[in-house]
This record gives sequence, C-alpha cells and structure tokens, in this order.
Amino acid sequence: MKISDLTELALRNLRESVLRNSLTTVGISVGVASLVAMLSLGTGLQQLFSQRLAKSGLFDTVFVSSRRDLRGMGREEERKGPTPGESRVLDESARQEIERLPNVQEAYPDIRFITELRFDDKPHLTTISALPLSAKSNDAFDGMQGDFFSSDTAAEVILQKSFAEELLGKTPPLGAPEPNVTDLAKPLLGKELTMRYAQRQAAPVPQPPLRASEATTPDDSIAGAAYSVVSREQKLKIVGISDLDPESMRGPARAKVFLPLKLAESLHVMQPTDLREISRAASDQPVYSSISVRVKNPAQVQVVEEAVKKMGFNAFSILDASNSLRQIFRVLYAFLGIFGSLALAVASIGIVNTLVMAILERRREIGIMKAIGASDGDVKKLFFAEAGAMGILGGIVGVLLGWAIGQIINFGTNIWLKSQSLPPEHFWAVPLWLVVFSIVFAFLVSLVSGLYPAGRAARLDPVQALRYE
Amino acid sequence: MTTAPVVSAARSTVAIRSENLCRHYRMGETLIRAVDGVSLEVRAGEFVALLGSSGSGKSSVLNLIAGLDRPTSGSVVVQDRDLAKLSREELAKYRLHVVGMVFQSFNLIASMTLAENVELPLRFAEVDRSKRDSLTQAALERVGLRARMDHRPSELSGGEQQRAALARALINRPQLLLADEPTGNLDSHTGTEIMDMVREFNQQLGMTVVMVTHERALAERYAQRMIFLADGKLIDDRRNIPAAGVRGGPS
Repeated sequence: MKISDLTELALRNLRESVLRNSLTTVGISVGVASLVAMLSLGTGLQQLFSQRLAKSGLFDTVFVSSRRDLRGMGREEERKGPTPGESRVLDESARQEIERLPNVQEAYPDIRFITELRFDDKPHLTTISALPLSAKSNDAFDGMQGDFFSSDTAAEVILQKSFAEELLGKTPPLGAPEPNVTDLAKPLLGKELTMRYAQRQAAPVPQPPLRASEATTPDDSIAGAAYSVVSREQKLKIVGISDLDPESMRGPARAKVFLPLKLAESLHVMQPTDLREISRAASDQPVYSSISVRVKNPAQVQVVEEAVKKMGFNAFSILDASNSLRQIFRVLYAFLGIFGSLALAVASIGIVNTLVMAILERRREIGIMKAIGASDGDVKKLFFAEAGAMGILGGIVGVLLGWAIGQIINFGTNIWLKSQSLPPEHFWAVPLWLVVFSIVFAFLVSLVSGLYPAGRAARLDPVQALRYE
Repeated sequence: MTTAPVVSAARSTVAIRSENLCRHYRMGETLIRAVDGVSLEVRAGEFVALLGSSGSGKSSVLNLIAGLDRPTSGSVVVQDRDLAKLSREELAKYRLHVVGMVFQSFNLIASMTLAENVELPLRFAEVDRSKRDSLTQAALERVGLRARMDHRPSELSGGEQQRAALARALINRPQLLLADEPTGNLDSHTGTEIMDMVREFNQQLGMTVVMVTHERALAERYAQRMIFLADGKLIDDRRNIPAAGVRGGPS
C-alpha cells in the first residue's frame, strides 16, 4: 500500500474509536511532556550556568606570561621551549600580535601593583589592578553600587566591598553578618582617594638613583639601559563599590581596588616584574609581566591557547574546569532524560494495549482485508501507521504541554525570586533540537510499541478471523 | 444419481484443478477431516455450485480455492498456480488479482462508506488515486448503487450490501468469483436479484463462478454443474441445465 493510503486509513481508524485513541495519545503526550520538561530544565540550567560563567570572565580568558618569568620552575613545558634567555619578551608588539590572532576579542596587559592609598589621611596598603572597559559585563559588577568607569582614562576607582569596609573601619569580625553594600557606598561614592605610587622613568644615564640590578639573576646580562623611580601621587574619585569580587579566582593575590586600564598604563607604575626586564629596556616599548586574552567564544579558548604557546609564551586557561563542568551537565542530562523517558515508557505500554485491543475488535475487519487481497505487510504497515500517527500526534501535543509546564514553573519561580528581591532568571529553555528530537523519539517509541500488535495482526488467520463473530 | 465426467476440456481452459485435496485440523484430541481427498476440475467460465449440509466441508474447499487456507496435503491449482507452493505474499497477490469473494454476511467494513469499501482492493493493488474514483463509480454503477456510494453499510438493506460486496469483488477484474452462501442472509426476492447479477458476471464477463450453498433449488436454477460434498468427500458431481435467462425469479 502507498504511504498516502496508509496514512489516510490509519487516521480514519484512529477516528473510529476516538475516545480510546485520544486517551492513548494523551498518555504519550504526558510522557513526551515530562521528557521535554526534564530536558528543557537541564538545557535551561546549563545555559544559565554558561552565561554566568561567560560573564565571570573565567572561561573565555587565556592568561599569557613570558617564559622568562617562569624559568626555574622547571616545568616540562618550559624545558622543551626556547631557553629563557632567548624567549620572547611580552611587550606591546607581542600584545598587538596576540590581539590579531583569530577568535581573540581583546588582549590587555595585567597591571597589578601594591601601593598605598590615603583616605581621610589614613594610609591603606592594598593591591591595585587595572580593568579594561569591557570588564563592565563581568557579573561581579551586576550588583554594583555607583557606576563603572566613565572612560578608560578617567581618574576614577572602583572599590571591592571588603576594601570599602576597611576604609570605613567597618570590617566585620569573622562570622559576623556582612554590612550591606548600599550602606557602605553612601559615605564613599564621589569621595577622593590619594594614591601614592612609584613611577618608572626611562633614564638614559647608566647610574639611576635606584638601581634594581640586585634583583636580576646572573644570566640576565646588564645591557646598560636602566630607569629611575620617582614617587608620585594621583587623586582618584570613588565611582563604584562592587559587592562581588571580580578577581575571586586569583585567590590571595586578588586586588581590591580597580583602575581604568589606560589610566593605569599612563601612570607607568613600577611593577615587581619590571626588575627582571631591566636588561631588555633597550626598546621604548612597554613590557608586561602578563597579558589577559579574552576569547570571543569559550569554545575557542583551547585554539587560542595553542596559538599563543606557538608564539613562545606561556598560556593558561581554566578550560579544564569548564570541561569537567560540561561533564557534570552531561550526567545531569542523562539523568533527567532517563527520568523523563519513564513516563514515555509507561505511555508506550498504553499504545501496545490500545493496539492489541484494536486487533481483537477489528479481527473481522483484518480478515476481510486479507480476503480481498491485503498482504501480511499491508496489515502490518497499517497498524504501524496507526501507532506512528498516535506517536507523532502525542509528540506534538506533548512538546506544547511540556513547553507550557516549563513556562508556568518558570513564571512561578520568578514570582518567588521577586518576593526574595532577586533578579528573575530564565532557567527553562526548549531548543529546536529538543522539539524535533521529542517528536521523532515519540514516533520511534510508538513504532516499537506497534511492533508486537502489528506482527500479531499480520499473522492473523483470515479463515479464523472471518468465522469469528 | 449419475456421476457425469465433465472434466474433458482441454488443459488451457481448466480454471481450477484439485487433486486429492485434504484439509485436516485438530480440535483438542480429535482430528477433523474438513476436506478429505477431493479431486475436481472446473473449466474456465463454468458456474459451479458446491452443495452439502453444514459441516460437509464445502466452505473449506472454497477457502482453499480462495487461497485463504492451505491444504494439509494434495494440491489445488488455479489458473496454473499451485496454491500450496505460493508464499504468503504471493497468495495475497493471488487473492487480490485473481479472486473476487462474496460472503453470506457481506463482510463490508462498517466504518467505511460503500465507495471506500469498493475502492479498498484498489488501494492494496496500489492503483493511482486518479483512476480509482472512476473504477469505483463504474463498479457501483454496475450493481445499481452509484447513488448510495457515500452511505455506510449499516444504512443499507441486506441486498444492497451484498450488491456492494459484489462490486468490491469485481473491482480488480478477477477471473474467479467465489461466493459463500451469497443469499443466506437475504429474502428470496433479494436473493434472486443477487443471483441474477452473479449469473450476469458469469455470462457477460466470462468469470468462473464457484458458489457454496445448501439450497439445492438455488443451485439447480443458476449453476451449470452441482458438486455434492459430505464429510469432506466429493460424493456427486453432475451437470445441470440452469433455467437459462430467467430473470426476476419465480413469480
């Protein structure tokens, strides 16, 4: 029989016992809906996490440093690479070269130094780091009080909450509840800080006031270039207090005070690693201890990392962490999928039951069809078509139902989140592949369920069937 | 009773030939010999009646000729096909193209309209949709039911249902028409109508007709030959001169 005839006959047969077939189809729908609900929860959660992680800047960043600095740590990798003396300097031209690599969003130097900040005439020693304007999208600044830097060169500063506590003398004892960031921001926003720092100045004369050559290692031959260090002050306006810590992954080395990147660069603050580069100061180019490379897409982190390594630098990313996270999601996915499929498995028993009932009811009809020339295959296909039609219909209704359930739960959860004064989240997603997969899956499950009834119908003896009243 | 040897025709005109045909089956402990060594020949274009009381095996013989059942032993050859040697698939094709069947209980599919019932064999034969409509209408026209083609069987009288069943049996232009008590559920007037149609098919379309009946009068009136069965065995086979051309039945 032709497919069009099969479909037509199958659909008319389904209409004949509309109540029973509808109930069976509803069973499939519920099964598919539970599958869709489970998997869209998984997908939604994964999307939410990936978004959060992407915003944290952890998973799309490659940290680049010069091989020279790591000499002596003796890692296998470094031993294989060029010997430290010959390896490349991480200077401005290297930074630009990295920035031109495919898939790279931006490459900016890590400027980080420890210095003294004066507030209300009290000195506070802290670690300062520079942030590019793109860091604004980092979720650490989502709940920030005040504003992000007005420009890349503005004499502005953002404080991490714990440093704000320190400035106000409100550091809570361990275990005590933390003060509200809004309360901390009020007395600080718009106020000025004075930063005292050591500026590095290129000195053409070989004997600068402060020689740093003590710090150089023996194989760094002194090339004659040097610099002087001048003490400077810079006034900074407090524009923001961040609740979260944008450098949480740096552990104890994390900075609590942030400057705009270009401003920090223009200050030429002496950094600890400058001492090592003293022999290299022959060029006018700034030399960096490390560079952060933001990759356009977390999936390309590894590619960029490899490319940077080929250039002769050390590169490091938190890709491994993201890989294991993906693994966790795969397990969660499988778990949710199996759980969701259970209802569909129950529904498939419903299909078997309905079709076996239909065989009993339509025994005579099957006999007639065989008597007038239907082959075993025709009868089998007809029952398959009925099972398949129920599967597809159930699948479509199920996807809609699952989507609706998701929307309702999402809506309800967001009401709850709102009551807790938390921002709404979208942790429910029904991607197109899930829609297609669910319907195809329901169809296949139905065909498998139809296997036994269809085989039984096809084997029916027409003489017996026609005798049967 | 005389046993007339009518099987003298040339081989090419033999439509059905059975040799020592047997169909046995078990019912619990007992072996039932529904058909027990039946040998017969039916010429192409013949109108044969199979007669016997219930349980004589006449329907079983018909089912074997129809390819609905397989012999336990012996052979049945229809239009040069040895049915015992055909696969299930080939048997289905044989039923579809060579045989048309009508039954006592009409056996129309209740959920389908007359047109759909008549069209069904064409679907199995994978005839194009465009051709199907005209063939169906022509077949219904032939049995005088064109006006009722969109009705369901339950909305029709028994005679009308049997006429629809005849239209369905004809639709694939088979050479063989097998009828199992075609008038058994009809009053005598309607039964005569149906039988007249069967004779018309036999005479005008040249179809070979094998009809199972327990009504001897009916057989005598329409069949050219009467084969009597009892206990699964052929007990008599005689020529009959039907009441030729009589239409409308006895008044």
